[in-house]
Amino acid sequence: MSIILDHVNYIYGQGSAYEAYALKDISLEIKDGQFIGIIGHTGSGKSTLIQHLNGLLRATSGSIYYNGEDIYDDGYDMRTLRSKVGLVFQYPEHQLFETTILADVCFGPMNQGLDKNAAELRAFEALHSAGIPEELFDQSPFDLSGGQKRRVAVAGVLAMKPEILILDEPTAGLDPKGRDEILDRLAKLHAEKHITVVLVSHSMEDVAKYVERIIVMNQGSVMYDDSPKNVFRYYRELEQVGLAAPQVTYLMHELREKGYAVSTDVTTVAEAKQEILQAMQIGLPKEL
Amino acid sequence: MLRDITIGQYYPTGSVMHRMDPRVKLFGTLVFLISVFVYRGIVGLAVVTLFLAGVIGISRVPFRYMIRGLRAILVLMLITALFNLFLTPGEVLFSFWKLKITEEGLICAVRMAIRLTYLILGTSLMTLTTTPNQLTDGLEKSLGPLRRLRVPVHEISMIMSIALRFIPILTEETDKIMKAQMARGASFDDGNIIKKAKSLIPLLVPLFISAFRRANDLAMAMEARCYHGGEGRTKMKPLRYQGIDRAAYTVLVLYLLLLIALRVLL
Repeated sequence: MSIILDHVNYIYGQGSAYEAYALKDISLEIKDGQFIGIIGHTGSGKSTLIQHLNGLLRATSGSIYYNGEDIYDDGYDMRTLRSKVGLVFQYPEHQLFETTILADVCFGPMNQGLDKNAAELRAFEALHSAGIPEELFDQSPFDLSGGQKRRVAVAGVLAMKPEILILDEPTAGLDPKGRDEILDRLAKLHAEKHITVVLVSHSMEDVAKYVERIIVMNQGSVMYDDSPKNVFRYYRELEQVGLAAPQVTYLMHELREKGYAVSTDVTTVAEAKQEILQAMQIGLPKEL
Repeated sequence: MLRDITIGQYYPTGSVMHRMDPRVKLFGTLVFLISVFVYRGIVGLAVVTLFLAGVIGISRVPFRYMIRGLRAILVLMLITALFNLFLTPGEVLFSFWKLKITEEGLICAVRMAIRLTYLILGTSLMTLTTTPNQLTDGLEKSLGPLRRLRVPVHEISMIMSIALRFIPILTEETDKIMKAQMARGASFDDGNIIKKAKSLIPLLVPLFISAFRRANDLAMAMEARCYHGGEGRTKMKPLRYQGIDRAAYTVLVLYLLLLIALRVLL
């Protein structure tokens, strides 16, 4: 189970005055069960990239394989692909349309051909794992808070039981509490149900805590593709393309410069705390 | 998906046409529209065609791009042509069953098709070379005298420019919602008419909600900046005629006179 992109190019607005390369020669593999972060500045092509993964956009050249099958083959069933590769768009709450939350979440499973009962069963399960309390199920989705709406929208995709879940900026415009709720739910899904999760974001801070692999996009190409630890080593280069490493990375680098024996490879606050405590036990640098 | 509609789109090339005063282009479009209905005979058609080709050449907008806009009205053109072809009385050229094609019908159908094509090309050339803002600026200024008759010219042009401004935004939004629902397994082109209409609900409901939300936001932002309409408002870029504009006016008037002269004389 994997998605392989082979030399994918995408040209936006071909033949018009606005012609531009949105993706340039992208080759990568998304393996089963991974938790991946795709990071890039606005306009780096990250949203364009993920729309290729479920066939919404067709590459200008290059091939994409899902489980070894070329998705551009004649007769390849795009609808099945779309139910296997769940894509949650940016501001997904804007796509809610039904009269009740339950009915809205049922939309996906019903499109898959399930009957009403089976779809509602799926919807129940999805809403539970999205953390929506049961007494809200029969309410209008438009009465919910922003964070809740978004989780309902995510549930709408989850109810289709995708093997891969891709989320475009799931935390945009949410307060810290709403952000942590969504990200924690995703981490739980990944751990318990072994779904492959791809998280698109422009914030390293959000991503560093959860993902095992980071793909950095810049101007339509893959700039780095590695573990968070290795990617953050390039924190100066990241700054040049309008990104930043997590704040702890900067802190550790500065401590290191001041002569403390800390590792600069930590990516989360918890790890940093550990490192600093250890360094303190060893003692202050001699020259101080 | 919806990017094929070229009517109302701006295509920047930086040509002389783009730099002209929008009032000239409005007047020019009007003159061209009149000319399309005024011309008579092959000579007239040649003059109109030459004029259109020349203006398109000056604008430097690729012809292929302009043709794409015609696709949207292809159905309309076909229907008009068919009606003209079969329903015009006159000398019968050939007939089968109850349908007959007349000579007059054939001429009428061809003339109508040419007129429609030229109309679309001429008007879309204006929007392709003029930004919506310039266009409404020009319209406001041209209609200025109507204000004495208590016509709310500024308000009308404001409504127009907002509406024009929102076309690409809502097109993009439609595209986005369509994709989002397609990602949830929706399809918009399967089944019979009723099924198709039903499949539009997941698209239209979010679209309306978002249009209202945007309208609300915009109204709020305008009020926050104390917007109060046309009275005493000044412009950042007031419209002023340049030499090129005067030259264009001359050409336009000469063109119209020539066509009228041709019609009267021939």
